[in-house]
Amino acid sequence: MDSNIEALVAALPRVLDGVWITIQLTLGGAALAMVIAVIFGILARSSRTLVRGFARTVIEFFRGTSLVVQIFWFFFVLPQLGVELHPMAAGILALGLNYGAYAAEVVRGSINSVPTGQWEATTALSMTRAQRMRRVIFPQAWALMIPSLTNLLIHLLKGTAVVGTITITDLTFRLDSLQRDTNTFFAYGLGLVIYFVLAYILTLIMNALEVQAKHRLGRGESLKEALSLRSPDTGVEAGEAAKS
Amino acid sequence: MPSNTDSPNGGNVPAIRFDDVEKRFGDTVVLDGLNFTVNKGDRVTLIGPSGSGKTTILRLVMTLEELSGGYIYIDGEPLSHDNVDGKRVELNEKHKNEIRKRIGMVFQQFNLFPNMTVMENIIEAPVHVLGMSKDDAKERARGLLQQVGLADKEDAHPLELSGGQQQRVAIARALAMDPEILLLDEVTSALDPEIVGEVLGILKHVADTTDITMLIVTHEMQFARDVSNRILMFDGGRIVEEGTPEEFFTHPKEQRTRDFLQAVVADPITGALPWQPGPATPTRDGDTL
Repeated sequence: MDSNIEALVAALPRVLDGVWITIQLTLGGAALAMVIAVIFGILARSSRTLVRGFARTVIEFFRGTSLVVQIFWFFFVLPQLGVELHPMAAGILALGLNYGAYAAEVVRGSINSVPTGQWEATTALSMTRAQRMRRVIFPQAWALMIPSLTNLLIHLLKGTAVVGTITITDLTFRLDSLQRDTNTFFAYGLGLVIYFVLAYILTLIMNALEVQAKHRLGRGESLKEALSLRSPDTGVEAGEAAKS
Repeated sequence: MPSNTDSPNGGNVPAIRFDDVEKRFGDTVVLDGLNFTVNKGDRVTLIGPSGSGKTTILRLVMTLEELSGGYIYIDGEPLSHDNVDGKRVELNEKHKNEIRKRIGMVFQQFNLFPNMTVMENIIEAPVHVLGMSKDDAKERARGLLQQVGLADKEDAHPLELSGGQQQRVAIARALAMDPEILLLDEVTSALDPEIVGEVLGILKHVADTTDITMLIVTHEMQFARDVSNRILMFDGGRIVEEGTPEEFFTHPKEQRTRDFLQAVVADPITGALPWQPGPATPTRDGDTL
């Protein structure tokens, strides 16, 4: 056991480097995924068949192909076509497109869930299409989409583990080398704990965003109230009760 | 075929003109060649059984529904479709939005924006659609909130308000756009009975103090009588009868109208209409009124 700890202490800077790379991939991938999700989620609702068809094709393609194959494609195939990508860029691009395609469906569905009356009120006030979406519909859809986006974000975090295959020294890559100096039980056990802690931190951040988004809609407590160490569920239930 | 040759600046151009309007939902024909006009400053109430097309008429004027045929003119200008050399063409979104700015609507379900406070709801369109300065819009909004009796609620969220209060904010929001035409779509139907009066009182005040053209769909016959100068009775997408409130409620000509009034407003015991003195009505004490 002591030798395991010694090996870990020796390997710690590299493991932490790996954690940092994993965080960068997660945040970079999530940012790109969100941009893609909003753009394609909105385009997929277009009344123009051509626009909608284009959006649907992109969504279905990136949702329906393997993340690993996409990463290989961006890293190994694109250079043959003359596009050389930094491994991190290839990783973030693949993660962003793959999870962005899933998230686009979440965005589309949430926008569709905003009551028709809200759209009608924006028409009655002569708002332009962009104003409707930006100022009325999207802020309401945002509160609806957060729980599903949290799910996808955690999937994305765990999905970053496959980028080790394209020479990126992320957390999983570092665990592999740690395992050679210690043993598999120790190294991968440590891996489980680190991924879990990262995922839990993301969950807490997303829950905070959800509380805030709901509070803006006049439902449930403010973030400050919610942080006073109570179950986050009470706020939501109180909000629902007040609504009915 | 009449077309849009009316001068937009002419004195007698109707505020709203329906020209052979058709509306179908799938195979169901709701309106089949409807013609009618609403003059500037008119207060017209549409009554009739549900499914008679009243609400559809308001929704067509607000462009919430697509016309299936015919034309609607606002101040003599085509709303969504125009007749160009005998061909019916749909007008673009920009044109529709320009015409829409003259029209306000209050909905049965209020439809306030829950992501904004009461004040933000009211100033949203004046600032972002009409380009009014934020300070001017707020000043105007405060005056309107005063008028609807909610001066102390400007920072509240819509969901913190009662239904009646939400509807009063919705009225203020519609008036903040300074519309020439106000569409009222069953604005008290979602409210508790004891709240109905306060909302109708505010609308009566608006009717008395402005010259906004109003097109009203309501089941509140007393309100229709107090506010309107014309009543149109609809059935099956057609105007069955029209007249002033006096003619209409006291001497309905058509049997269909008499049946409808009898069904919606007559005293269930005596059969008397509330505004008809009629034969002496016995009271519970056995006296006569």
